[in-house]
Amino acid sequence: MSASQHGLGGLKYDPKKRHRPPELNVFFALILIVGAFEVLGRLFVGDSFLFNTRDRVDTLFNEPRLKIIVLQVAIIGIIALGVTQVIISGGIDLSSGSIVGAVAMIATAFAQASVNQYGMDNLKPILGEAYLNLPLIVPIVVGLFAGLVAGVVNGALIAYAKIPPFIATLGMMLFARGVANWTTKGVPISYLQESYAEIGAGMNPVFIFIALAVLMHFLLRYTKYGKHTYAIGSNEQAARMSGIEVERLKVLIYAIAGILSAVAAIVMSSKALTGQSGMGLMYELDAIAMAVIGGVSLAGGRGSILGTCIGALIYGVIISGFTFLKLDAFYQEMAKGAIIVGAVVLDQWRARKQAAKS
Amino acid sequence: MSDIILKTEGLTKHYGGVQALEGANFEIRKGEHVAIMGDNGAGKSTFVRQITAVEQRTAGKVWFDGEEVDFKGPLEAREAGIETVFQNLALADALNVPDNLFLGREIFKFKLGPFSVLDYKAMREKTLASLEKTGVKIPNINNAISNMSGGQRQCVAIARTATFHSKLTIMDEPTAALGVQETAQVENIIRTLKEAGEPLILISHNMRQVFDLVDRIVVFRRGKIVANLRKEETSGEDVVSYITGAKTAPEYAENA
Repeated sequence: MSASQHGLGGLKYDPKKRHRPPELNVFFALILIVGAFEVLGRLFVGDSFLFNTRDRVDTLFNEPRLKIIVLQVAIIGIIALGVTQVIISGGIDLSSGSIVGAVAMIATAFAQASVNQYGMDNLKPILGEAYLNLPLIVPIVVGLFAGLVAGVVNGALIAYAKIPPFIATLGMMLFARGVANWTTKGVPISYLQESYAEIGAGMNPVFIFIALAVLMHFLLRYTKYGKHTYAIGSNEQAARMSGIEVERLKVLIYAIAGILSAVAAIVMSSKALTGQSGMGLMYELDAIAMAVIGGVSLAGGRGSILGTCIGALIYGVIISGFTFLKLDAFYQEMAKGAIIVGAVVLDQWRARKQAAKS
Repeated sequence: MSDIILKTEGLTKHYGGVQALEGANFEIRKGEHVAIMGDNGAGKSTFVRQITAVEQRTAGKVWFDGEEVDFKGPLEAREAGIETVFQNLALADALNVPDNLFLGREIFKFKLGPFSVLDYKAMREKTLASLEKTGVKIPNINNAISNMSGGQRQCVAIARTATFHSKLTIMDEPTAALGVQETAQVENIIRTLKEAGEPLILISHNMRQVFDLVDRIVVFRRGKIVANLRKEETSGEDVVSYITGAKTAPEYAENA
């Protein structure tokens, strides 16, 4: 072999050759699951899961069902967007559901009106008469700020105090739930202003989810922030040696996750027309499940917002499908558990296959 | 000393009571390829860690590119133009080739703090150009590093040096974990660097490789430099006797 003959081993350029995106597999899984419910529905319930079967309605698909599915997943989906980038960075966020509860209470406390929609006077304002009928911007800003603070605390504990993400966010999960219960000693907050109720009215949660998903997709895919998030999740040491300020980036990642949880809390409390301290209970696990089903690797470095969105749809279809098949809610929970474990097993298997190849 | 790219004087590193490196006087000229050899624990890697500021030296002076320098960390050394290819590669597995080459030094379409927008096209073009320059061939640069062979990964790590016009490249056993063909590929890249006149410090245990690739061999033994040999004036046997301590060059007699 002469010195001028470079690149032995038969390797050459082929920039056009691209890998099949992993999101495609998740999408096929979604179609498969929808198909399974369609078949099971026709066999056992005598109804179609996907298509319209009522005579007097002139649509191809069963629109009410599809609307319910996307509405169900939209709010948890917003949380899942934040959780996705946290997991890609090699961390985990167990506090998102509790942050939803705390922010729902804090935001709605600032969103109270003096009269409700039935003309009844608000006799016991949470924060006093002076805080009634505030402009809409106040509860939104206060709520988002509360989420931001929770996220920054998470990030600082992990990045600077070097506490494992699991422990730091577990602490925040308990703390934030405590805050949620403490604000009103567990009493639900109602008498919300009409302007606040508009936020989550109708299909708004879905539009908010889509807008945020597009934004987060852009951030993760096309900005320095996203590239470095993948880098620290993939090899933190290499990232550090490449000059990435790992600590500051981690704080930013958890801060954005906190803000997204706060958005979910505002949308949810607005849709429910009330703030309750139990809101968002166990949502952190639903959000993690959506991400993992969507192909986000718990080992970090892999996954995408698009994958999480499809994962969220799969999650919604399964929940809706169980109801459609008239199965007990208990089975639903069991299935959820099995799906989460199954998705992680799949992830491990993928990782092993990757390792074996190289 | 205009053509001397790096020079150290009395470079010393102690770990507690252990003297890992003792009074190392070393220099390398522009365009020169120098090998550092020595047994395990002879101080080769310690020497490299002091130059690249991965660790802070106990004593001694370092000149780089005509100026006395005191790098606070590996980043400063890299920004000054010392590019290191480590044995355990500093690559992010889940990212592709351009992403890894430009990690921490991205090209942006426009700047907006942490949310600056990446210019993928420019980075891809520069990557292809530098791979061409170093003669690295990779089937698909859009492939994640984790899907590549050890040799290809090593090539990506080396290609970084060509992308950023480093003034000095240091390779710490670049072929230790590679197969025969992959080793040949890496050696070809090293020859390309030589043709381009880029100086290199190569740490290697492979005698054949060293004699094939470099101009000069510096031997470390028990934390001290014991020989500085021009390739033409020495032989493999000679180098081995310096490494094992059977022989010590007269000018380093006090180090023996």
